[in-house]
Amino acid sequence: MIHDFGIVWSERGLLLSGLMNTMLLSALAGFCALVLGVLLSTVLMQRARLLAQTARVFVDAARCTPFLLFVYFVYYGLPSAGLRFDNWSAGLAALIVYHTAYMGEILRGAWMAQPREPIEAGQAFGYTGLKLFRRIVLPPLALASAPVVGNQIIQIIKDSAFLTIIALPELTNAASSIQSRRYVPFASFIIAMLLYWALCLVVEAGVAAAGRMAQARR
Amino acid sequence: MSFADILSIFSGALTTLLLSAAGIALGLPVGLGLALLRWARVPVAAPIVALYVSLLRASPLVTLLLLLFYGLPNVGISVGPVTAGVLALAMNTSAFNCEVWRAALMAFPKEQTEAAQSVGMRRGLRFRRIVLPQIVRIGLPGLVNEMTQLIKVTPVLALVGVVDVTRAAVRIGASTYEPLPPLLVAIAIYVPIVYALVSTQRWIERRQARLEAPA
Repeated sequence: MIHDFGIVWSERGLLLSGLMNTMLLSALAGFCALVLGVLLSTVLMQRARLLAQTARVFVDAARCTPFLLFVYFVYYGLPSAGLRFDNWSAGLAALIVYHTAYMGEILRGAWMAQPREPIEAGQAFGYTGLKLFRRIVLPPLALASAPVVGNQIIQIIKDSAFLTIIALPELTNAASSIQSRRYVPFASFIIAMLLYWALCLVVEAGVAAAGRMAQARR
Repeated sequence: MSFADILSIFSGALTTLLLSAAGIALGLPVGLGLALLRWARVPVAAPIVALYVSLLRASPLVTLLLLLFYGLPNVGISVGPVTAGVLALAMNTSAFNCEVWRAALMAFPKEQTEAAQSVGMRRGLRFRRIVLPQIVRIGLPGLVNEMTQLIKVTPVLALVGVVDVTRAAVRIGASTYEPLPPLLVAIAIYVPIVYALVSTQRWIERRQARLEAPA
């Protein structure tokens, strides 16, 4: 068994590049989904009926569809409709589109839960437009939504493992290729799981730090 | 895509449902057992459970499934795709269920256990008659949510060769050279099932909020 871990250690370059790709994918997807999610959340709260309802259908559909099927749909299904992607752009696009729906819904919830009074007070003090948003609206909103956004980023990290099915060289794919060439399944997959765990602990630590900041601001 | 093809996707759906049900049926009591071990602060077991829950909640189901499917035979336990699949689902959901059960246990008012003790109820009876019915009620929305999550990750079983909805759909796509229609059928099977579960969860939450609201 120790010998197996030795074999995995000798393949550490591959595993590390897989980890890097997982981190890169999750970071890119997390950032884009967050930005698009902000836009989506404003659409979800629109008074224009049709627009808000279309966004609502998108959010509900995404939340009811398994991510893996969505990846198959993007990578194998869409080419027959004329949209062709390579595995990187298909994987990244699938992660971003799918998680934008979740981010939009999360941010809408956080927004609705915010008290109105500080905004009215800010207006009374003469804050308007962008300055009102940046100074009064955004700080408590960002701190309040940090934990749920953090959870969603952990979900993105975990969903990125599904992309192994379209041969994207991320962490699970790297572990698979080590196990198939060197036949050390237990060691390679357990190491992969521990690396995912470490990634998630880092995200959780970041969220906890944001939580402490929110406490200190009170 | 012929009628027989659609039928084969539905037979895959039956497999998916059966395996999900097996995963849920195993994951619920195991999760409760784990939660009780942590709640009672059983020495040695409690920290191990905490480690298990933290690791399984943070790692993807795909990786766990591949670990079980390829790794267990490596240590002398032979498993087929179905066994590995159900085991992976059950392990994954048990970790999440454990947290739901534990939260329900933590919220449970201690006075009631003490009152039961004072009228002479033994431990087993106390748990069955006083604690369990109430933590089931508190935990129900969370548990239904975990069931929804479990159903949503079942396509992963296709990866190790279980002929579920996803594998049936992909197989038809490969043979007809038209992958889009069978995939859409597969998605159309999942959406109402997940939607029904999500709606059930919301309904339970609303009902409980109404019951608990002061009249």
